[in-house]
Amino acid sequence: MERLVFLLSTGLARGAVLALFALSLVIVYRATRTVNFAQAAMAVAPVYVAFAVTSATGSYWLGLAAALAAGALLGAVVERWLIRRVPRDNPLAGIIVAIGLVMVIQAGLAIAFGPDHRPVHAPFSQRPLAVGGVNLLSPYDLFVLVVAAVVMGGLALLFNRTSLGLRLRAAAFAPETSRLLGVRVPRMVTLGWTLSVATAALAALLLVPTGLGLDPHAADVLFVNAFAAAVIGGLDSPAGALAAGLTVGVLASLVTGYASAAAAPLAVLALLTVVLLVRPHGLFAAREARTA
Amino acid sequence: MRTHGARLLLRAGLLTLLALGATFLLDPYRNYQLATATGVFVAVAGLTLLVGLTGQLSLGHAVLMAAGGYGYALTATRVESAIEGTPVADGAGGWLLPLLAGVAGALATAGLLGLLLGLAAARLRGPYLAGLTLALVIALPSVASTVPGLAGEQGVRAPFVPVPDALAALIATEQWHAWLAIIVAACAVTPLVALRAGRAGLRMRAVHDDETAARLAGVDPGRVKAGAFVLSSLAAGLGGVVLAIVTQQVSPGAYGLGFSLLLVVAAVVGGLGSLGGAALGAVLVTLLPWVVDQATTALPADLGHRLAGNLEIALFGVVVIVVTVLRPGGLADLFPGRKHAPEQVPST
Repeated sequence: MERLVFLLSTGLARGAVLALFALSLVIVYRATRTVNFAQAAMAVAPVYVAFAVTSATGSYWLGLAAALAAGALLGAVVERWLIRRVPRDNPLAGIIVAIGLVMVIQAGLAIAFGPDHRPVHAPFSQRPLAVGGVNLLSPYDLFVLVVAAVVMGGLALLFNRTSLGLRLRAAAFAPETSRLLGVRVPRMVTLGWTLSVATAALAALLLVPTGLGLDPHAADVLFVNAFAAAVIGGLDSPAGALAAGLTVGVLASLVTGYASAAAAPLAVLALLTVVLLVRPHGLFAAREARTA
Repeated sequence: MRTHGARLLLRAGLLTLLALGATFLLDPYRNYQLATATGVFVAVAGLTLLVGLTGQLSLGHAVLMAAGGYGYALTATRVESAIEGTPVADGAGGWLLPLLAGVAGALATAGLLGLLLGLAAARLRGPYLAGLTLALVIALPSVASTVPGLAGEQGVRAPFVPVPDALAALIATEQWHAWLAIIVAACAVTPLVALRAGRAGLRMRAVHDDETAARLAGVDPGRVKAGAFVLSSLAAGLGGVVLAIVTQQVSPGAYGLGFSLLLVVAAVVGGLGSLGGAALGAVLVTLLPWVVDQATTALPADLGHRLAGNLEIALFGVVVIVVTVLRPGGLADLFPGRKHAPEQVPST
């Protein structure tokens, strides 16, 4: 029982990071109807910036701010200079370009910083707090949960309660009409990528202290799990990404705890396969039009 | 129809003989590289047809190669120990039987996995299939350490295929392995060429171009997509057999995400859908890492250590982006004429 409670609570903290990353995939998908397969590499690069800033200044918070800024900048630059030039007639072109981008960024990081894992310290203790004799969350897990909740709440307010959010949603759903009504659609798409990569960078930054350390592939598994979560939730549903992210996080934690760490990717793969075969467009997505 | 098939077989035979003859011009290490590139070529040939003709992008073809490699290694080892000590083991049967049984095992495992993925692929579009196959690559080390008999990280040993006695005076082991690789490639790629030029290829293009119109014309898109995936998996499995013969080893580390993406790079750079391009792409992804490795040993140790294994990945990434954005036809597009000739549709 104690073990179950502990696994559930750590699973929730890991799931919050997953949900954050899945949300970043959903933001890009809503803006451009593409899955950004380069999101893992694009999220890790800002974490290196944070690492450099933190080691130079000694402040975790300056590093966090630097990661958010670097992620936002990277998202904007990549959308403006690369994604916009990808031919639209072939739906695979975007994915293939993203794969090229992954190779460039990850190899570039390995050349610049060396291939070794760099240990990253969490700003709070990672030792679980005992509540009534039962090991629960560590202070760092609590920090992760709070940050994830604040960011997701902020994004929800931005998209649903502000005029900018309305323009973002309009540009994604009806680009032609929005353009006629005076919305600068290309600018909204760039802004979507900016928000998305900054969110993904934050998720990667929160994840790294709980893993083996920082290396160019540190977010690869996070991407796969978040992709699974985003697909399970339906790629254009932020609420679905949140629910599925938490579910996948708890599932992975339970499987790791009760079976083995090696079985967790298999469980995620099985879940993804089943969902894709039963509801290819996710559990929460609106139905697509019939094709035939 | 008959002349078409005869011409194809003649061309395949000539190309194979040419490749076999070329191995005499190469030193053992070059022959080893040739065998590796040929194994990669077989897998890329399957992948490029899948992506180019049906528009299904698989990021997980390395896993299908691994499935072929494991299927080959486990079956061949089993057969080798079963015939040990019997009279069969003394002659050519000593290496030929395990080899043939291993190839059959590889086709079975890669085909089965390909069928499972193909059934999923029949229902999925671009990003969903790409994501599912990506999840599969990431899960491969877990599969290897969870499934009993696959021996985890360490991997399994594939039996050594010795040079037959009749040829022992003539050629070295590396050259013999290059021969085996070329023969496997000929057996794998010739049917792909025939299928592409025939009705199956027409159906695949029809499904890719307009699924609804294909359905109205009596073509079942699900079956065509699943069938294309199985075909491409069989090719990938045979590619895995070649690599298992050459390296005598199958381990999950050799078939990771990086290698899987290299297969996509080879297909894209060569030009999606082009088999000649697949050959060029396979040579490129096999040789460039070696060239970079040679070049970086001349550099100071620290810099060389950082560049080795990374510089070529960065170069490949740049090339893939440039090709996709500026020249979607890939290398095959540099030799116009052949590709743009109208495909002959056989009248049956």
